[in-house]
Order: sequence, then C-alpha cells, then structure tokens
Amino acid sequence: MKREGLVRIPSGCAIASVISTEGNRMSGETIINAMVPMHERSNGLGGGFAAYGIYPEYKDFYALHMFFDDRSARKSCEVFLKENFEIIKSEHIPTLKLSTITDEPVIWRYFVSPLRAGLRELQIDEREFIVRKVIHINSRQPGAYVFSCGKNMGIFKAVGFPEDVGHFYRLEEYEAYSWTAHGRYPTNTPGWWGGAHPFGILDYSVVHNGEISSYDANRRFIEMFGYKCTLKTDTEVIAYIMDYLLRVQGLTLKESADIVAAPFWSTIENMSDRREAELKTFLRTAFSQLLITGPFSVILGFNGGLMALNDRLKLRSMVVGEREDRVYIASEEAAIRAMDPLAENIWAPGGGEPVIVKLKKGA
Amino acid sequence: MKINFILPEFEVIRDRDSCVSCRICERECSNGVHSFNEKKKIMTADQAKCVDCQRCVALCPTSALKIVKADCSFPSNGNWSEASIKEIYKQAETGGILLSSMGSPSCLPVYWDKILINASQVTNPSIDPLREPMETRVFLGKKPDKLKRDSDGKLKCELSPQLSLSMPVMFSAMSFGSISYNAHKALASASCELGIMYNTGEGGLHKDFYEYGKNTIVQVASGRFGVHEAYLEAGAAIEIKIGQGAKPGIGGHLPAKKISSEVSQTRMIPEGTEAISPAPHHDIYSIEDLRQLVFALKEATNYNKPVIVKVAAVHNIGAIASGIARSGADIIAIDGFRGGTGAAPTRIRDNVGIPVELALAAVDQRLRDEGIRHKVSIIAGGSIRNSSDVIKALALGADACYIGTAALIALGCHLCGNCQSGKCNWGIATQQPELVERLEPEWGKKRLVNLMNAWKNEIMEMMGGMGINSIEALIGNRQMLRGVGMTSKELEILGIAHAGE
Repeated sequence: MKREGLVRIPSGCAIASVISTEGNRMSGETIINAMVPMHERSNGLGGGFAAYGIYPEYKDFYALHMFFDDRSARKSCEVFLKENFEIIKSEHIPTLKLSTITDEPVIWRYFVSPLRAGLRELQIDEREFIVRKVIHINSRQPGAYVFSCGKNMGIFKAVGFPEDVGHFYRLEEYEAYSWTAHGRYPTNTPGWWGGAHPFGILDYSVVHNGEISSYDANRRFIEMFGYKCTLKTDTEVIAYIMDYLLRVQGLTLKESADIVAAPFWSTIENMSDRREAELKTFLRTAFSQLLITGPFSVILGFNGGLMALNDRLKLRSMVVGEREDRVYIASEEAAIRAMDPLAENIWAPGGGEPVIVKLKKGA
Repeated sequence: MKINFILPEFEVIRDRDSCVSCRICERECSNGVHSFNEKKKIMTADQAKCVDCQRCVALCPTSALKIVKADCSFPSNGNWSEASIKEIYKQAETGGILLSSMGSPSCLPVYWDKILINASQVTNPSIDPLREPMETRVFLGKKPDKLKRDSDGKLKCELSPQLSLSMPVMFSAMSFGSISYNAHKALASASCELGIMYNTGEGGLHKDFYEYGKNTIVQVASGRFGVHEAYLEAGAAIEIKIGQGAKPGIGGHLPAKKISSEVSQTRMIPEGTEAISPAPHHDIYSIEDLRQLVFALKEATNYNKPVIVKVAAVHNIGAIASGIARSGADIIAIDGFRGGTGAAPTRIRDNVGIPVELALAAVDQRLRDEGIRHKVSIIAGGSIRNSSDVIKALALGADACYIGTAALIALGCHLCGNCQSGKCNWGIATQQPELVERLEPEWGKKRLVNLMNAWKNEIMEMMGGMGINSIEALIGNRQMLRGVGMTSKELEILGIAHAGE
C-alpha cells in the first residue's frame, strides 16, 4: 500500500484547544482530558497536539521536531542540518512506552539557528529560510521528516488515539499557555506518523476537522509559491495557505479568514458599509483560488494566540466556551466540559466567522 | 456526355400520401432542392443540391419529408473512405483547395468523453443547490502578486481590470459578416440578460450594437476590420486574435458575396470586395511585437480594459502561453482544433492543431510551474458541447469557456457545414435579407438564455455533488477528475489519475 502523501486520504476528526489570555501556563493534562469524551470521533489512526510557550529556555531558537525512519536517515539528514544551521541542542524527544503506541520512528528534536552566511547568500529573512529548508527536507531527504519548526512551541503527534499519544509524549510534563489537539478518523490505514495532525510550519499549527472539496485547487495554487504538499492532506495545505497569507502577504487574521471562508457575493452586495464591501470583494477576487469549500473546522495556533474558523456553511460542529482567563474551543461541548466543568458562555460561532483569541500582553 | 463522379450525398424522401404540395419546402430551400412539377402536379427534388440542413423537414406542415444519407455507395475500403475518394474527384475537377465549415468532424479522440467527474460520498456532504447558495460568478483578469497598504495600514484595493461573468461561459468570436445581423443581435442581447460576454469576432461592431458594450468583447485581428477608437472603447475587453482552432496558421476570407452594405460599413471596407485577413498580424512577427500591440491597445483605452490574446491550440502551446502571459496580456484564450469556423481549408481544419483538453492542461500546468498562473486567466474553447464539458474544462484549469457552435445550434444550426456558401437556410451564416429575417432576434435571444440557464443549473448540480459551493474552488481542481481508457502519457499530460485510483 502507498504511504500517505503518495495517495490522498480523507479524514473525519475531533479538535480541541485551550488558551490562557493571561499567558498562564498549564500542563498537557487538561488538553489530553478534552480528547477522552471525543474518543469516538477518532479511530486510533492518528492523534496529536501543539503546545505554545513550552521552551522558554530556548525561545530564540527554532525547535525542529523530526521523525526519522532509522538511524542512518538521521545521520545523513544531520549533515544537511549542519550545513544550514547552528545546532544548539540535539536530543531524543522523551516518550513513554505504551502498548497502544507501536512502530515508532526515531523521534528527535533540535534547537537551531540559521547560519548567517546562508541567509545572506539567499537574500531572504530567517523565517523564509526555515520554510525553504523544512520543505527541502520533507520533499528531498529520504526517511527524514520535520513535523514542527517554530520558536518556543512544539507539535507532538503519532499513530494512535489522541489521549494515548498525549501520554506517550509525556505532555503532562510540559507547560504551555496554549494547547491544541487533534484526533483523526482517516478513511484508510495510513500507518505513518507524519500523516497525523497537527500540521505546522514555523509557529503556525493547524488542527482541522473536515474534508475540503477545494483541495486540489488550493494545493495547485499554493505550490506556485515554493510550498510542496508532500502529505496531500487538507491540514497541510491549510497551514501553507495561512503561512502565505499571514507571513508572506502580511494580511491580518481577519483578512485571511475573509479569503479562505469568503462571504457569499450576495452577502457582500448587501453590505451597507461600502469600504467593507470593497475590501471583501478585493480579497475574494485577488485570492479566489484560496477559497476553501467543503466542511471544515480549523484551529490555527500561533505564537501569542489562536484563531478558530468554520466553513461558510458551517458543515462541521465547533463550539467556544470561556472562564476567567481561559478560552476553550472544541468539536463538542463535552470536550470543553472535560477541561472545565464550569466553563461558561458556550456558543457556536457562525460559518465563516473567525474567533480570534490573543494573549493580552502579546506573544 | 458529362460524367457525374460525385453522387448525391443525401436522399430526399417524400411521403406522397402526406404531401399536400403546399410548396413551403420550395420556398424555404435556398439551395433550390425542391420544385413543383406543374405537369405532374407533384413536388420533386434535385437531391444533388441538398446539404441536409433539415430546414424543409422542420417546416413541413404534414411531416411528409425526411432527408437521409444516400446509400448509394462506393466499394467499401478500409483505407480509401468514401470521403477521401470524393475529395479527389472534386479536386481533379476544379484544381482547388477543399473548403469546409464548422468544426472538424474527424474521429480523433474527444478527451472530454474519457474524463469522469467526482461526487461526495460519506466523508463530506454534497450540497443541494436548491437549498444552499451556489456561486458561479467568476472574474477574469490579472490577480496581484503582492498586496500594498497605505500609510494608515489600510489595504489598497487595487486590481487590474477584471471581466465579471455571472457564469463561466461566454459566446465566442463570430463576426458580423460570417453570421447575420439577427444572429449577432440575439447573441448580444442574450449576453446582456445573462451577465456574460459575446465576442464581435473580426467584423467590427455594428452601430446598433454599441448599446450592448458592457457585455461585448471587441476583437482585433490581422485584418483590423472595423477597428477604431470608439470600437475599442465600446467593449468590456479587447481580444487580439492570433489564431483560431479550426485553422491555425492561416488567416480568414469572407467572400465578396457576404459583404453587404451593412457589413461593408461595419468592417470599413468597400461593398462587394473580398475581406481577406492575413495569416499573421504583420506587426507581430515575434513575442516582443505582441507585447507592443497589447500595450498599444491598453494605452488607447487608458488601461481600463483587460486584453485577451486568443491562440489556436498547437504543439508547444505551454511555452507560447507562457510568452503571452509575460507579454502583458490579462487573459489567454485557447481554441482547440475542433473549434468551429465559417470557412476553412478542409485539410487544415482536419489536420492542424491539437485537442483543447490537452492544450489547456499543458498551459495551466506550465503557468503554475513558472509561478505565473495567477497573473493571467485562461479561457478554453473549441469545442465545448455541454455543461459537463464546462465542468471538466474548469477542473483542468480554465477560468471560463467560450462556446460558438453550441450557441449557433441553439439558434437552429444543424451543422450541415455549408456556411461558406452564404445560403444558410436558418438565417445564421448568411447576409441574404430574406434568409436573415428567418432568425427572429428576440426568439434567438430567448433560446440562448434558456440554454445558458439550463447549463448553469446543471453546473450547480454537479458542483453541489462535489461538495463545492463556489466555482473558484473548482478551477484547477484536477482531483475532481478521473480518466477512463487513456494511456499513462495522456493522463500525465491531463494531470489526472485513472478511474479507480
């Protein structure tokens, strides 16, 4: 059977997240608990988490989380890493042996900084450098896969049920101000860890529930700008779209949401604010190929906050709740209740209506 | 004694019991097939003149007529077809180039028919267009590379001129001259009602049709017929015609007998002269010359209108399109080898050029490989026959489609393929007043509007089935297509997987 990426595998899913707007850090236990009542939304073929604020001691370095097929793949990839980066620290990501998580690859993390000479030669900034090198590794380095590459954040994922994956990575021992989680229900047996979610590029991480019908239109557009969709998953293409709109085009979260979940033309025509209508028409026309159709509920994590977004017709469930400094978002209210039985103001955002939560004091 | 090598192609069968000798068939046939035998008091037919346009059949009040293919046949031969033999007889007799009209009828593959469309099952929902919004609006034109903000940080909403269409189908170029005033009026008024575009072709714009300007694409071709400042200003977009799918590499020839007074005024040429468009534009011998014409037209219209460059689908079309995209054009129109024509040399029509499906896929991929697909829109034409062809073209990478033949069929054309004679019994490809008046513009408009609305509904049904509720998410979405019965090379060029994969 072909490995994921050589073939496209649609999935149903469960997503959840929690963020402290005060920046208070919490252990991974909370978010693992959120996934337990949504067990039925996954089928044991993929689970994962993204955590923000977990590496304060290395916050100035990019944390590369990597899967290697074997030791030799790691050795040959390290040659490439050393040619491009100063490696501050290189270590095994600590894991717990569990009977429910098997066939693990070599799981490694590096804290790195791009070599200045490389930046000068390519005439690009640091973040663009990271994107290019990560895409190079994921498409050209056999047996090596970078699954997380942001600063002071990390993605942890595996084939298994999400709650098992959380324990496997010992997430109870990490402290983050923002967590997102994903449980996967693929329609096929992928059996490869890289195919699990979240998918990340720089500090952007995406968890997503749905199957987008615009996939190939989006993929073929975004690949014009240096991205390579090696996994053929919705989550991957959505992450690249968000990186392109936010980082490369410098759009705001709201503007980006108006592109990927653009208002209907009829809605735009009925807007009383002409400037607003002009802006929405402009964004929708300029990036028509980045409109995402079909069902999705997405949580985009980034340093300093997160954004939740549903497709325009709201074809997937997603609810938001809050209490004190915490905001909770999940596919089901049960997941929010599992994190905080007293959560209040539970509401379901409308289709195409972004929910943006940011740290009060910034990232 | 004259030897008649060319046997009549069609047989006129008249049911004597039903025929009431009303002589309608006689009046309706511009080819002079039917006549009344005063002596015998019966209708007779000169079958050799029949072109099988079906006009008499459609108008016979007692349904007494039928036209069938004559079964008088040459000895059967797997190599020498009847058509090949007849063509030799014709050329041996006249010494001339064979002429044909409408698109190539040859048996080469129609790739549309080997492509199948996807639908949602279980993992995502299909969408019911009767209950949910289903958007078919498209904008053709350049999309920006990099956004700009003003000093307050507000986004600058600056876009190159765009062509807004209510659905991704337009009527393609057919000149006034090759088709009639009434046919043009029907196309123009239907476009207005539909919110789409029609195209003047290389015949200029009749003074009566300026009112349809915002739904008009004005064409500038190698003969420059009818091109002047007001003409360029009148349209919503300007199309430079480099080539046509039915006859790549050659120009056009509107015979003198079709140059009526109105046609002569519109084209700005003397009445009754031959209107000959040169094979190339004599100011475009290379790609840098094209750039000059593109910008000359933009300059002349104050950069307010998108410029389309139309080319025939030929070998190496990917590189040609890339050159056009870099020449400043906003839109590229690709015309496949099955595209229609009012007249073309038969050999060229049936042997030069390539299928639009392959050309379109190659162009779309090439522009993406070069990272410039967003800088130019793509229109595919020649030949789009129905709404599923439109869906397939869009998924392969077209932003919109041109239809010519399909629109004429809606107006009554029966594809007899004798446009060059100027004796079209349906009032379409003719300038003879008594024939033109047979096509009532209001009736024609209604039929065109019906056709497009029917296609639009079908497009929305199929989009909904795929779980797509806005047409832009279909454009270039090749995952929605699968091929059947194709070689891996064909699938590779189309960029689609085989059914079952």
